[in-house]
Amino acid sequence: MSEMMDYVLSFLILTGAVFTFIGSLGLARLRDFYTRLHGPTKATTLGVGSLLVASAVYFSTRGEGVSLHEVLVTLFLFITAPVSAHLLAKAALHLRLKSLAKAPEEAGRPET
Amino acid sequence: MFRRLLPHPLLTPALAAVWLLLVNSAAPGHIVLGLFLGWAIPLFTLRFWPEPVRIRRPLTLLRFVMVVLYDIVVANLAVARRILGRPERLRPAFVEVPLALTSDLAISLLANTICLTPGTVSARLAPDRASLLVHGLDVADAQALIHSIKQRYEAPLKEVFEC
Repeated sequence: MSEMMDYVLSFLILTGAVFTFIGSLGLARLRDFYTRLHGPTKATTLGVGSLLVASAVYFSTRGEGVSLHEVLVTLFLFITAPVSAHLLAKAALHLRLKSLAKAPEEAGRPET
Repeated sequence: MFRRLLPHPLLTPALAAVWLLLVNSAAPGHIVLGLFLGWAIPLFTLRFWPEPVRIRRPLTLLRFVMVVLYDIVVANLAVARRILGRPERLRPAFVEVPLALTSDLAISLLANTICLTPGTVSARLAPDRASLLVHGLDVADAQALIHSIKQRYEAPLKEVFEC
């Protein structure tokens, strides 16, 4: 593998690590449940995304054929991450968790 | 007859492709097995998908996917900056976005897209499906947020999945 490739891969892995870390940092720094929800769901998509690109490129250039498992991981991640975020937010509204934003009036009411 | 045998023509190649990716091989046997799974699974899950999926403008859909991918990258940078900045300065807000979409698939795609992009999480769909409650991490102008969601995501989805 060429040296150039090593730099590209290192860059991707470091970017991924930094964004994943910032996402987790969000959990500690932000101040209410709803804002905390944004950290892990967003910052990690790009973080995990670049880690997966790095993995696909690395295993594809090792000469054992193209590795496309990462495409599936991305696909499943993009399907499941927003759904779980939505469900968490919905459950939080239902339980009327303390919120920095003014919660809409009818939001806490149980649905029929 | 054709509709009963093949209720979702688009789902079959998609599932076959996922199968080939899962086994990481394009051997003829796996292609046949993938196509079989792509045919059988929609038959067994038919009751979860009562309405047929029709994509009217594939190019618009492709452009929409590109816009969303671009927005995800921008969203990550924006959210990262806000997390590293001072949390006291954030202006989180709930925003009610009126919906023009009616089909289940289009609405769930819109909600998913909102969750994936800049500092917004869709929190609740109104029981009458007339509006979607969105929580924004840092909302400077609620009207501008509603406008951009409707313009960037809802309009293309409406074009693709409804008429």
